[in-house]
Amino acid sequence: MNAALHALRPALSLFLLLSALTGLAYPLLVTALAQTLFPERAAGSLIRDGEQLTGSALIGQPFSSPGHFWSRPSATATQPYNGAASGGNNLGANNRVLVDAAAQRIAALRAADPDNRAPVPVDLVTASASGLDPDISLAAARYQAARVARARGVAPAAVEALIERHARHPWLGFVGEPRVNVLALNRALDALR
Amino acid sequence: MTAQMWMLLGGFVLAVWLIALPLGRWLALVSERAPRPLAGIEASLLRACGVSGEEQGWRGYAGALLLFNLIGVIALYALQRLQPGLPLNPQQFAAPTWDSALNTAVSFVTNTNWQGYGGESTMSHLTQMLGLTVQNFLSAATGIAVAFALMRGFARSGAGGIGNFWVDLLRITLWLLLPLSFLLALAFAAQGVIQNLSPDLTVTLLEPLHADAGTVGTQTLAMGPVASQEAIKMLGTNGGGFMNANSAHPFENPTAWTNVLQMLAIFAIPAGLCMAFGRLVGDRRQGWALLAAMTVLFVAAVIGIMSLEQAGNPHLAAIGVDQAASALQAGGNMEGKEVRFGVAASALFAAITTAASCGAVNAMHASLTPLAGGITMLLMQLGEVVFGGVGSGLYGMLLFAVLAVFVAGLMTGRTPAYLGKKIEPAEMKWVAVAILVTPLLVLSGTALAVSSETGRAGLLNPAAAGFSEVLYAFSSAANNNGSAFAGLSANTPFYNLTLAIAMALGRFAVIVPVLALAGALAARTRAVRDPAAAQDAAMPTHGPMFVVLLVLTVLLVGALTYLPALALGPVVEHINLYR
Repeated sequence: MNAALHALRPALSLFLLLSALTGLAYPLLVTALAQTLFPERAAGSLIRDGEQLTGSALIGQPFSSPGHFWSRPSATATQPYNGAASGGNNLGANNRVLVDAAAQRIAALRAADPDNRAPVPVDLVTASASGLDPDISLAAARYQAARVARARGVAPAAVEALIERHARHPWLGFVGEPRVNVLALNRALDALR
Repeated sequence: MTAQMWMLLGGFVLAVWLIALPLGRWLALVSERAPRPLAGIEASLLRACGVSGEEQGWRGYAGALLLFNLIGVIALYALQRLQPGLPLNPQQFAAPTWDSALNTAVSFVTNTNWQGYGGESTMSHLTQMLGLTVQNFLSAATGIAVAFALMRGFARSGAGGIGNFWVDLLRITLWLLLPLSFLLALAFAAQGVIQNLSPDLTVTLLEPLHADAGTVGTQTLAMGPVASQEAIKMLGTNGGGFMNANSAHPFENPTAWTNVLQMLAIFAIPAGLCMAFGRLVGDRRQGWALLAAMTVLFVAAVIGIMSLEQAGNPHLAAIGVDQAASALQAGGNMEGKEVRFGVAASALFAAITTAASCGAVNAMHASLTPLAGGITMLLMQLGEVVFGGVGSGLYGMLLFAVLAVFVAGLMTGRTPAYLGKKIEPAEMKWVAVAILVTPLLVLSGTALAVSSETGRAGLLNPAAAGFSEVLYAFSSAANNNGSAFAGLSANTPFYNLTLAIAMALGRFAVIVPVLALAGALAARTRAVRDPAAAQDAAMPTHGPMFVVLLVLTVLLVGALTYLPALALGPVVEHINLYR
């Protein structure tokens, strides 16, 4: 008991000292520096149209009209792409619910584009881990290109060219994935006319 | 395994080794003294805190460690419960329930970072910084301190002490964790990880969302000081996310490069500690042998997970889904994964986070293909010794090394010795206790949960996948990993309390025997003065033969303990998937 009492002073004073250093000084210093050096990014890579905040370059948004590229399914609570409640659906590979949801999604994609008989790229029918995935694969974008062009009454080549301009490829073929940011792509589409 | 996967795995392992060399040198230095120009600052801080700095025996060291961690639990519990009345709570979050707050307090103090709550919808900015970030540092420093103590046990001869906990704690935090975290946090922020104290933002959607409840035109974005917490979350193998989706959240892990940095940060200190161990015992080959054994187990696990995930889900293939890898898509099992990481970097991350006792996730493990999920479970169940947690990975692996030497000694009829230290019943008792605590906790906890009504109430997935959720939860908690098959509704008094017990005993009922072992070893005089020469007298513990023996010992203990349980979960699920 004496030993414990003897150790109490270093224990408490070190706890207070280290809490102040790691819990206040460190995060506040990083905040100050990050906001000075990378102000846009520290604030969330926000997109503005005039005064209005219209999204973040890093966070996906839901789309369902045929004239926009659709994002991946999202399992976030209360509404899809809820940036205040990130998460996946955590369904196991064998779960019927998962397979049914994928089948429904395929049906919706086919209903919006009846002539397209190609197999559906997997990222377009599966929910992301965060529920906020900003990207789709290039395969998923190409799959939707004809539908988007038709709905907008523009040449398919124009839409393909837009995908190509926004496409991101892996560095040296192994860091990163072939993908495109859906919000950026759709904003560019809206700006076409 | 695609070409991309081989390149990613090869590049990653090479980078880890390259980082381990300089970091090992630094760790060895910090374990012995303060860096020269900073020694004065350290000495005055220690004096101000009333630390004399004299050597402690193992009991004194353990007592100080336990007291300090107890204070940590109390402080973190209080901070959460008082958060509604404290500043920096822009969303005006209420206090978590008492059982959730207790679970979280134990979870972060034990370096587990299991999360029964969703970060961005529960914790104020102040709680995240002054509570959770602090314990990210202190629990990591505690683990490294124990590893230092055990290293000293092997390095010293006829010594009464194993170091001073207060000095170790301060030194590790100030001269190792803080500078590394600071640099990493800025690198993250440069890549887009957010760092601010704002309330949630509301942004206008480009296309209004037509939901059952009506049309929604806006999206809410959670904000906060993420980059600073993210850095120590990875470096300290903590793993507790600022956001619920953890490192899958684009604000925590926005690019393929932040993902690479995060993966390297997880393995950096565990790998560096192997090198530091070699330096401290005066024979660097000993450190390489441990690192080699860890790498062998790790690479095997990665190849397994990557192959299984790339194969995809046969149920989806059957309904016309394209899961083939091509230049336009990664393909594979994309459920619960992010496109920017694809299957390769998600599978690699899953192996890293469960091999090290990190527990951060960039993909949802519940949605891994069943056997891939089984491999992540096994990596935890092996005792978190494949790189493992900071400090805990090294001291865990050293327990197995002593066990391997002991088994080999029995087989060859020689007195077992490791690094010139005779291994006798006193040492073996502590080793056995430390190795057997976690399996006992995992298996009895799982049995209790699945045989009780309240335990089964939390399951999301049916049948064997539901059993896997529970087995994963207790494997994760008792081995201080912290990742989850997150379908399990674990924020209930039953799971909050049983998992808190598993986390606390899985941490401290291992640390105390490890410190006792350190004390016993330090007191023992080395038969031959030079450890390298002592090696040649007994069985060498630096060659390929020993690496193989060590790998087999780890696998044997893990497999014998867990195969029956794994057969009931992931194995049954796998068979069902292809039936």
